[in-house]
Formats: sequence, C-alpha cells, structure tokens
Amino acid sequence: MIATTGTTTPPKQGSPILAEENINPDTRHGVILYVEDVSVSFDGFKALNDLNLYINDGELRCLIGANGAGKTTLMDVITGKTRPDVGKVSFGQQVDLLSLSEAEIARAGIGRKFQKPTVFENLTVFENLELSLAGDKGIITSLFHKLSSEQKDRIAEILKTIGLTPQEKQLAGALSHGQKQWLEIGMLLAAQPRLLLVDEPVAGMTAQETERTAELLTSLAGEHSVVVVEHDMAFVRSIARKVTVLHQGSVLAEGSMSEIQSNPDVIQVYLGEEQG
Amino acid sequence: MTTSTQSIFSFLPPSLQSLATKMTSLHFVVTTLFVATLYVSFCNLVFEPGSALHVSTYTVTLLGKYLCYALLALSVDLVWGYCGILSLGHGAFFALGGYAMGMYLMRQIGDRGVYGNPELPDFMVFLNWDSLPWYWAGSDSFIWMAVMVVLIPGLLAYVFGSMAFKSRVSGVYLSIMTQAMTYALLLAFFRNEMGFGGNNGLTDFKDILGFSLQSDTTRIVLFIITAVMLAIGYAISHYIVKSKMGRVVTAIRDSESRVRFVGYKPENYKVWIFVVSGVLAGIAGALYVPQVGIINPGEFSPLNSIEMVIWVAIGGRGTLYGAIIGALVVSYAKTRFTAIMPEAWLFALGGLFVLVTLFLPKGLAGLAPQLIAKFKRSDSAKAADTADTKSEVKS
Ligand SMILES: Nc1ncnc2c1ncn2[C@@H]1O[C@H](COP(=O)(O)OP(=O)(O)OP(=O)(O)O)[C@@H](O)[C@H]1O
Ligand SMILES: [Mg+2]
Repeated sequence: MIATTGTTTPPKQGSPILAEENINPDTRHGVILYVEDVSVSFDGFKALNDLNLYINDGELRCLIGANGAGKTTLMDVITGKTRPDVGKVSFGQQVDLLSLSEAEIARAGIGRKFQKPTVFENLTVFENLELSLAGDKGIITSLFHKLSSEQKDRIAEILKTIGLTPQEKQLAGALSHGQKQWLEIGMLLAAQPRLLLVDEPVAGMTAQETERTAELLTSLAGEHSVVVVEHDMAFVRSIARKVTVLHQGSVLAEGSMSEIQSNPDVIQVYLGEEQG
Repeated sequence: MTTSTQSIFSFLPPSLQSLATKMTSLHFVVTTLFVATLYVSFCNLVFEPGSALHVSTYTVTLLGKYLCYALLALSVDLVWGYCGILSLGHGAFFALGGYAMGMYLMRQIGDRGVYGNPELPDFMVFLNWDSLPWYWAGSDSFIWMAVMVVLIPGLLAYVFGSMAFKSRVSGVYLSIMTQAMTYALLLAFFRNEMGFGGNNGLTDFKDILGFSLQSDTTRIVLFIITAVMLAIGYAISHYIVKSKMGRVVTAIRDSESRVRFVGYKPENYKVWIFVVSGVLAGIAGALYVPQVGIINPGEFSPLNSIEMVIWVAIGGRGTLYGAIIGALVVSYAKTRFTAIMPEAWLFALGGLFVLVTLFLPKGLAGLAPQLIAKFKRSDSAKAADTADTKSEVKS
C-alpha cells in the first residue's frame, strides 16, 4: 500500500528515492514526465496518435492545439483516467504511471486542474484546501483528524498565494468563476505536487483575472513543473518559455513561442486558421 | 453552521443568544429527546389513567415506534443526504436487525408456545422440523442477538457496498440495485423453508430478558432505551459528519472524481459510511420489533424503503435533525391519516412529497431559518439597508 505513509509531513522535495512507501520520481536526467509512443482510440477514432512528450523538472510548458487535438485526453492518460492502447508513461525515470490508479498517481505527486473548475461547492474555501493537503487519506485518519499548526500555516500560506485569504470561510460554491479556478490551483498546491497539469485556466476569466493567473503560474514554475493547456494565445505568449503544439493526436511542433510562430506547419494548421 | 444558528436565534435576548450559538444541533437534539422522554415517562408512570396529564402506554409504545423510524431516517440521511447515495433498500437493514431480535424473542417463548415445544418455535414444529437450523444456534442468548443485530446488517452493507462502489455503480443504477436487494430478501423471507416463519414472520413474543413485553414498565423501558439509542446514533452521526471524514463524504457527493484526483479513495469512504448507516438501521429494526410485537417479510417491501427516503426529503436532506423531524412528522401524519382513510395514504404521502420538493427544497428543517430570515428582513429592513450602505462605503 502506497497510502500508508502514516505521517502528515509531505514527501521531501528532491529527496533520493529510498523510501519505499513514497513514490518519488527519479529525475536525475532532468526529465520529470516521459510520454512515449502513446496512442488512444475511442471507437476507432485516434484521439492520441503515437504521441511523444518530455517535460523537464521545474519547467513551465504550454500545450496548444485546436479543439479536439487531444490535449485533455493526454491529461486523462497522465492522471490515469484513460488508459492508452499502447505506449509508455512514466513519472521520472522509474515510476510507471500506467500501473497506478488515479488516487495513487495523485498521491505520487501529479496534480490536475480540470477544464471545468471543480471545487467542492458545499465546503468552505478553507475546507477545500484542508482536504487537499498532502498526507494520509485513509478513513481512520480522517475520522480522528485534527489540523496541526503547521498544516494551518500551510493553508494560510496557500490562501495568500492564490489571493483568497478574505474568502477563507466562504462556501466555494459562492466564489466567482476566476476565484474557483484559483482555489482549484490552491488545492493542487496543497497536495505539494511535483507536476501540475492545468487545463484551460483562464477560460472565462476577465483580463485582470487572466493577468493574476499568469503571475500565479509563473511563480509556481521552478519549485513545481507546470503543464498548461490554453487556447488564449495572448496568455500563452505572456507565460510561455516552451510551447508544444498538438495536432490530431500527435506533436506537430515544439519550441519557443517565436519558433512556433514561424514554423510553417503550425502556421498552416493552427495559427493560419486564427489569422485567416 | 454557527452563522446559521446565529441568524436563527437573533430574536432571542443577547444573553440567551450567546448560549444558543454555543450549543450545537447535537446539544439541541439530545436535550429535546431527554426532556421529551422524561416528560412522557413521568406522565405515564405518575398520573393515573383518566387524569388529563396521563400519557397512555399505547401512546408510549407508539412514540417508541416513531423514535425507531427516526433512527432509521438518520441512517438514510447519512448515506443520501451527506454522501449522495440514494439507497432505496434501507428497509432491508432495518428488517434484518428486526429479524435478529425476533429470533431471540422467539426463543424466549420456550414451552409457552401453542405446541409447547421447549426448543423449537411453533412454526418449525408446524413444518415438522425436529431440530433448529444451524443459523438459529445461539439465538437464545441476548448477547449473541445484540452482536447479530450489528453484524448481519453491517456485513450485508459491506458486501453490497464493496461490490457496488468498487465497480463504480452510482446514481439510478445503484438505487435500482438496492431495490432489487431488498426485494430479493422479501421473496426469500416469504419462503417457509428459509426458517424465519415465512409469510407470518415471527410473533407472539412473551418476554425480553425475563421481563414481560406486555407490562407497562417494560414498555416504558423499551421506549427510554430507544430514545437513548437514537441520541447515541445521533451523536455518532454528528461526530462523523463534523469530522474530516464527513467533509470528504460531502465532497464525494459534490464531485466524486475530484475527490479521487485529490488522492482519496471515494469507494472506501462510501462503503464505510454505508456500513455505519446499515448498522444504525439494523439497530432501529431491533428496537422496533419488541415494541410492535411482530416482524414479517413485509418489512423488506421496496415500498417501505421508498417511504424512508420520503421522510428524509420532507424533513430536510443533509441535516441530521431534518431526518428526525421528517420521520416523526410523516409517521404521525400516517397514524392519523390511516385511521381515517387508509387507502388514500399513499396519495397523501406522494402529494406531500411533491409539495415539499417544489416549495421547500431544504425540507421542513429549512423552513425555520427561511421564515426567520423573512421575518427579520421585513422587520429590520431599514436597519439592514443602512448597514449595507455603510459597508459599501467602507469597501
Ligand atoms: N470518452 C471519449 N469518447 C469518445 N471520444 C472522445 C472521448 N474523449 C475525447 N474524445 C474525442 O477525442 C478527441 C480529443 O479530445 P480532447 O478532449 O482531448 O480534445 P482537446 O484538445 O482537449 O480539445 P478542447 O480544446 O476542445 O478541450 C475529440 O475529438 C473528442 O471528441
Ligand atoms: Mg480539452
């Protein structure tokens, strides 16, 4: 059982992979996520087609691609929601994600923000973060759980990072759309993940909210590796260091924003559409 | 929670208000139960029949029955109101607890049955059986019975829950499965060969732990024990709901897949909340049987289980006291109504259900805060207005 780490202290960042009970990715080669030759088909339709993707430890990567390019499906595969027909997905060098359940993948340190914001609407902002904290997620622990002062500090810190300290006691269902998105990012942070997958974080946000989100995500890179899926090109331009373009289930191009923008293939299938 | 209590009690003088806000719903329910039980018992034992203050033993037993329903409603609310599992088969746990108690009471009859067989209950003699089936072994022990009352419903809930939740059955499919479960048990218990008295069930009980079930004192004691068990069941449910486990369970109700991605295993939580609920329902059934004097397969009827859900919907899903209010109000209405025109009861219940769903989405429990809020609004609209503008200026 991976579940029984027994303590509420989070796995130490970057510690050697000695603890058996904690899954820690081996990132000695500087790569935190390997996606190799992955294909997924739904009733014969190839949503992912022989896809290869490598995410470096601590980087902020943007994934772009037209509707239906397979971005969400890729996230589903990484988080264990969808199993690929073929291919290899590993977290660091040695953790085979395809053999783990969704909950185990989450505990191993991969956090995901959904396209549609999903927070626990009938719990307060504080409680949403409390449930998301790293630590034992078993029933007995939950039944007798008392928040330690470190955990309270940690929650306060996250509330500050995502700018929701004043809303702490409010029901999450009563937050604005943008605030829900931030709360969800905060919930990911609470789990102290190594890798964050963020699906369309600024969809439906105001310009101000978008700007704040850009700041938030850039500030997270470094300590965490972040993969952002986004359609908003202005937003991608403002945060991106490296961009991967997906097209019909495989990688079309990869590079800096300016490289991507001058790539003829990309201009043809993606940016071309936007400009034309 | 505290904010809502604050608003509810804003009509009280400040000193009482601060006391009221410090009290949780747990204190209220336990205190109310305690006072009501004391009052009923006192009036039954002290005042002579004929006195205006006398509470008849018939009424005491009727109230005891209602309290069993309240405990049952609590168990339904725990899974449905808090975890979003709409069980339409909770009558099965209730009936199994009842049968465990019934078997014990059957054995207490001894040779006072019609056939005078000291070992075998009458219906077995009638079937020409010459010994007790293996699963009746131990049933003459009170302790054994108490263990079975908890174990059998708990085990069924565990097995059923593990199968259903681990294969991620939910929503309507799960509800249908629970109906099928209780219906299958109904058919099984109808069969004479099952060894539970078939169609007639278990009845003609004489005494419990040596005390006659017909005596007024036994009935009062049973009533008090039921009230105590309801209080304990409430306290346990309250603790669970207020713990982190309760918050996980609520989160599962809101978004199960999110809970999974946060790193919990929702199916385990669902299984265990289902088990706790099944056990509470079983205990309710066990307390019910000595008070009504019979348990038969009718208790497994799918209709019964649906009625329980309606209690909770009417009382207020997702608040523990709401479930209790619902069970008490609807049961009382049923007693009254069926005395006048029994055929129309189901229509009345259905009508009540529709009305409550349309006009009181939070059930009767949601009514008081709503009314008080309205009363307050019209009463102090001016004050609120000025307060609003003030806070606007500030921000
Ligand atoms: N469960 C499923 N069953 C059948 N087809 C699916 C399923 N999930 C995704 N698809 C299909 O796979 C393709 C890729 O979908 P995906 O959601 O990954 O696209 P996306 O890149 O996230 O698009 P968007 O930008 O609209 O979010 C789409 O054509 C979609 O219709
Ligand atoms: Mg998508």
